[in-house]
Amino acid sequence: MALEQTHVQRAAHLARLALDDADADRYLDDLSNILAMVDQLQGIDTTGVAPLAHPLDATQRLRADEVTEADQRETFQRCAPAVENGLYLVPRVVE
Amino acid sequence: MMEWETVIGLEVHVQLATKSKIFSGASTAFGAEPNTQACAVDLGLPGVLPVLNEQAVAMAVQFGLAIHAEIPEVSVFDRKNYFYPDLPKGYQTSQMYHPIVGAGEVEIALDDGGTKRIRVHHAHLEEDAGKSLHEDFHGMTGIDLNRAGTPLLEIVSEPDMRSAKEAAAYLKAIHSIVTYLGISDGNMAEGSMRCDVNVSVRPKGQAEFGTRAEIKNVNSFRFVERAIAYEVERQIELIEDGGRVVQETRLYDPERDETRGMRTKEEANDYRYFPCPDLLPVVLDQAYVDHLRDNLPELPDEKRTRFQEALGLSAYDAGVLSASRAMADYFEAVKDACGDAKQAANWVMGELSGALNREGLAIEDSPVSAAQLGRLIARVLDDTINGKAAKQVFQALWNGEGGGQADAADAVIEAKGLKQVTDTGAIEAMIDQVIADSPAQVAQYRDAEPDKRGKMIGYFVGQVMKASRGTANPQQVNALLKEKLDALC
Repeated sequence: MALEQTHVQRAAHLARLALDDADADRYLDDLSNILAMVDQLQGIDTTGVAPLAHPLDATQRLRADEVTEADQRETFQRCAPAVENGLYLVPRVVE
Repeated sequence: MMEWETVIGLEVHVQLATKSKIFSGASTAFGAEPNTQACAVDLGLPGVLPVLNEQAVAMAVQFGLAIHAEIPEVSVFDRKNYFYPDLPKGYQTSQMYHPIVGAGEVEIALDDGGTKRIRVHHAHLEEDAGKSLHEDFHGMTGIDLNRAGTPLLEIVSEPDMRSAKEAAAYLKAIHSIVTYLGISDGNMAEGSMRCDVNVSVRPKGQAEFGTRAEIKNVNSFRFVERAIAYEVERQIELIEDGGRVVQETRLYDPERDETRGMRTKEEANDYRYFPCPDLLPVVLDQAYVDHLRDNLPELPDEKRTRFQEALGLSAYDAGVLSASRAMADYFEAVKDACGDAKQAANWVMGELSGALNREGLAIEDSPVSAAQLGRLIARVLDDTINGKAAKQVFQALWNGEGGGQADAADAVIEAKGLKQVTDTGAIEAMIDQVIADSPAQVAQYRDAEPDKRGKMIGYFVGQVMKASRGTANPQQVNALLKEKLDALC
């Protein structure tokens, strides 16, 4: 699928990023190249190849079950737009 | 009238009893001040990396071994992407394609005394989300992320249950396995165990399943039964009225005892699962799995069988006493202290359970310890006190009398003078007195037909017991009375 300016602007809007026209042109090129590479990958016959969960040939290290984190609420909440009674406040979520 | 069959599958989320979170070193303790146990990893701040908790892995594997499941060598974490304010990372780390526990099975007890095997499709590890508080914060929603990152084991059953009762029995079986293993506190009121129920109906004999509805967040054994009962009736009525069931998520409202539609599954999110690049595949070597298997505690089924076969308890008693680990441990301690399994079972299920129920206490909080109850029963068995006095002693122990030590029963017996009178001479003296004081009753006894006399003796037994303030041995009183009265006839 060919990417258009409107797609780039929509993605930027969803990510809450402000793009000027020059940026938008550049991103259109970059994203189009990425999609072309994905198309190239899609063209390869992978029948019989087991999916790879991770590019590194290593296994997960485990940590001991210990509490190592102290309370840093005050630090973390300094960059939050709104807090009250220790809670982060967000626009109302309607179920 | 068409006959309908109910088909039920359960997804049970069990909160694992680790000290720290599944991917971070923040505490999982319940009831802390909001956001004081949410660290940078739990908040999904830039640059953080998750590191898997070994205890969460061990607990998941223990559960798998307990339900005789395959434990795959490799399992993989995936990201389940969706947007909600209590999930700050924008994805939940879960296991979609390669779960840590493969197919297994759980045996449930049926009402008719039989058992049924319910297949478990798989169980996987994942992290919990935070909590949204919808009270009014100036038109905004409050978010507490303390729960974010708490380890969960999601246990997914096959659609093998055919009634609300079976579903509740399955949930109880899972509860008893996880509490026996000690991998969860199983506290449903605090959300340590939560359950989603998939329900459909089909005409009896039809091979294909009907369209199912998923009931979310059913949080007690009782609600599971009630939510299913309501939902089954709703679906049958809908179909019989010419409608059709739509695949959707419904919410059970315990106050109104009904389920309500939330959103239809067709419109539900595409979660865009993909392997989590921050976590490597988890590889379990056979020696590790074998080590966990060798160290599993005795499980409910094994305990029930042992109670029946080695201790000679009835199937019912064995079932009740093995239902929770706390109950089983208490019973076994009483049995060891008094040396008689049947008497221990009777007391634990009778006098003790009755008192606990009256006060709404769990067995862990019993004011009478297992050692104290065992000593009390031992004193009945060695004829120090009779059954009636034993109940008095129990009540005294319950009220904290006797000094609180294992031998508190002895202190109570001594203090209240409840020691049974087994001295024949003393009992005979009391009998002679009662006979002398009851000429009218003695005359009636003498005049009665011999086969009616058995009943009439009760009056005299009562008088003698009263005279002894309940301490005479009732069997002796009976035998001696009969002898003396019959001698008068």
